[in-house]
Amino acid sequence: MFTTYRRISLLATFLLLTGCAAPQMDIDYTAFRQSKPRSILVLPPLNNSPDMRATYSFLSTVTKPLAEAGYYVFPVALVDQTFRENGLLNPGEMHQAPIAKLREIFGADSTLYITVTQYGSVYRVLSSEIRVTANAKLVDNRSGQLLWHGQATASDSEGNNRSGDPLSALITALVKQVVSNIGDQGHTIARKASRRLFRVGQNGLLYGPRSPLYEVN
Amino acid sequence: MRTTKISFLILLAATILAGCARKPLLYEWGSYEEQIYAMYSDTGKVPVEKQLEDLERDYQEARAANKSVPPGYHAHIGYLYFQLGKIDQALQSFETEKALFPESTVYMDRLIARIKHK
Repeated sequence: MFTTYRRISLLATFLLLTGCAAPQMDIDYTAFRQSKPRSILVLPPLNNSPDMRATYSFLSTVTKPLAEAGYYVFPVALVDQTFRENGLLNPGEMHQAPIAKLREIFGADSTLYITVTQYGSVYRVLSSEIRVTANAKLVDNRSGQLLWHGQATASDSEGNNRSGDPLSALITALVKQVVSNIGDQGHTIARKASRRLFRVGQNGLLYGPRSPLYEVN
Repeated sequence: MRTTKISFLILLAATILAGCARKPLLYEWGSYEEQIYAMYSDTGKVPVEKQLEDLERDYQEARAANKSVPPGYHAHIGYLYFQLGKIDQALQSFETEKALFPESTVYMDRLIARIKHK
């Protein structure tokens, strides 16, 4: 009884300490706090992965975490269209647009530059995994100052039981490969990565003016 | 002693769950994010009419529940109306976006002016 209790306590304490923790890498929030951006213009992400779907898959997951953090988020699809009508046809060109121009056209306080570095299947000998990794930079549209930056990754094999049974691992891997060829599994994982990247908290974003927690403490 | 241990475990479990608990959302999202992706996804090409219908339905539901739709929602609806050539509804949606979210004023005014000029 005692050992079981000890084990559960240890496990629970471990979960408590790790469950909500963020990686250590301290960000200086001075510029962010001074800038007080109310609105965020999200540009279609650059895609460094081989999957063409990454840009718009990731783009469609960004509005919710940012708006729920308390910011006005410009309508991402309409913004994409406005760029196209102005002759900027891909994320690479859009990311080069001068911030003065972005402020003039959209009236946006800040711009979010996202790069998707991984999107899709990563194959290993006995397993395959769907992984999405992205990084982001938030820039003040008046001063051009970097307000915040972050990176996050998510995978469909998080929390899997690695029991070490090679046959079941092989079957799982095969099933996952077949399934992942049918639909866009990457999209689900992209949403997970996006929620992780744009969380509020340690090294994450600050709450924006539309949040009841804005500038609390 | 045994009860102390058990209550300690329950307390610990409660702390873990509460620590990660979700706050209530600021907005009623409906299918907004899925609709954005639907615009670009090849696998399930959704007709504009259907996207619009779903978004309008979600909006009515949110309104009935006295909840706000997120930033960009009405502007996005306006964009869909514009694609269908329903200019009056498009203009009205952009005005609604502006009224609900003054942060969008510069952009919405630009879109409205551009449509009216055509």
